[in-house]
Amino acid sequence: MSQITPEAFIMGMSALGAGLAMIAMAGVGIGIGFNAGKTVEGTARQPEAQGTLLKLMLVGVALTETAGIFALIISIILLFANPFM
Amino acid sequence: MELGPRVIFMIGSVKITETVVFGWIVSILILIFVFLATRRMEKVPKGFQSAGELFVDVVYKLTSDTMGKENLKFAPYMGTLLAFLGLGSMLGLLDLRPVTADINTTVPLALVSFIMIHYNAVRAQTAKGYVKHLASPYAFMFPMNILSDVVFPITLAMRIFGNILAGVIIMTLFYGALESASAALGSVVPFFQFVIPLPLNFFFDMFEPVLQAYIFVMLTMVFTSNGMHVDEDED
Repeated sequence: MSQITPEAFIMGMSALGAGLAMIAMAGVGIGIGFNAGKTVEGTARQPEAQGTLLKLMLVGVALTETAGIFALIISIILLFANPFM
Repeated sequence: MELGPRVIFMIGSVKITETVVFGWIVSILILIFVFLATRRMEKVPKGFQSAGELFVDVVYKLTSDTMGKENLKFAPYMGTLLAFLGLGSMLGLLDLRPVTADINTTVPLALVSFIMIHYNAVRAQTAKGYVKHLASPYAFMFPMNILSDVVFPITLAMRIFGNILAGVIIMTLFYGALESASAALGSVVPFFQFVIPLPLNFFFDMFEPVLQAYIFVMLTMVFTSNGMHVDEDED
């Protein structure tokens, strides 16, 4: 096996970690899809509630997305502001 | 790829970055709009005055719907937050770096909201009731309640910062790809950047800033009214 310098090792591992961190978006996608599906179902039952349901759906989407944003911030920190190098 | 805001000039040893200068530009734009909307006010509004009255009506209605009619004194702060965060994040339309794509903008605003929420909670519940509320419903939930209260401003700041920064990165990469595509056809002028990015611009520079500013303001209002009204739900 050829020599791997410590800097190259840290860079490689950081890139791997940045990619692994974004697996969190799988859960976020499922959650937002559930939310949107329930909104469509509620609108089908009662079409005059569409405005209220749409507003509540947007609030739910923004709050669910926060969990994915944490993973994105970890990835950005690992790639661009790496604290180990 | 350089991610942070560029330094424009330095006063002594203090770096004045793009964020600070564009924050001044946003404030001056809001002041110009307010000045144009309130000079020579008439009973039947038209033009800038009607736009200003529409904004004030929307903010006051939102505040009274969420916090109750007796709490209208919070409406100016909510309107300022909505205007500054919304307009500050829409600067991508002018090809300027959005003000809220820098965590130095969102954390102070989240801290101000945090202090306001807890100051009002202590004032409405008296200090002993506030500590008792932290220990409800069971005494061993005290550290968990404190933790969720401390984490709240962090998530409040991170939410809008992460969303706007992700938008900035995606727009930079997309414009760079269009420029490379135009250069591959041998043209100096990047004509692929003409109309193709419009849907992305609409989503990241018009829809996302309004949504994130609305969420920020809504969460602040809900937590403030929760902190002040919680004594009515206890048995």
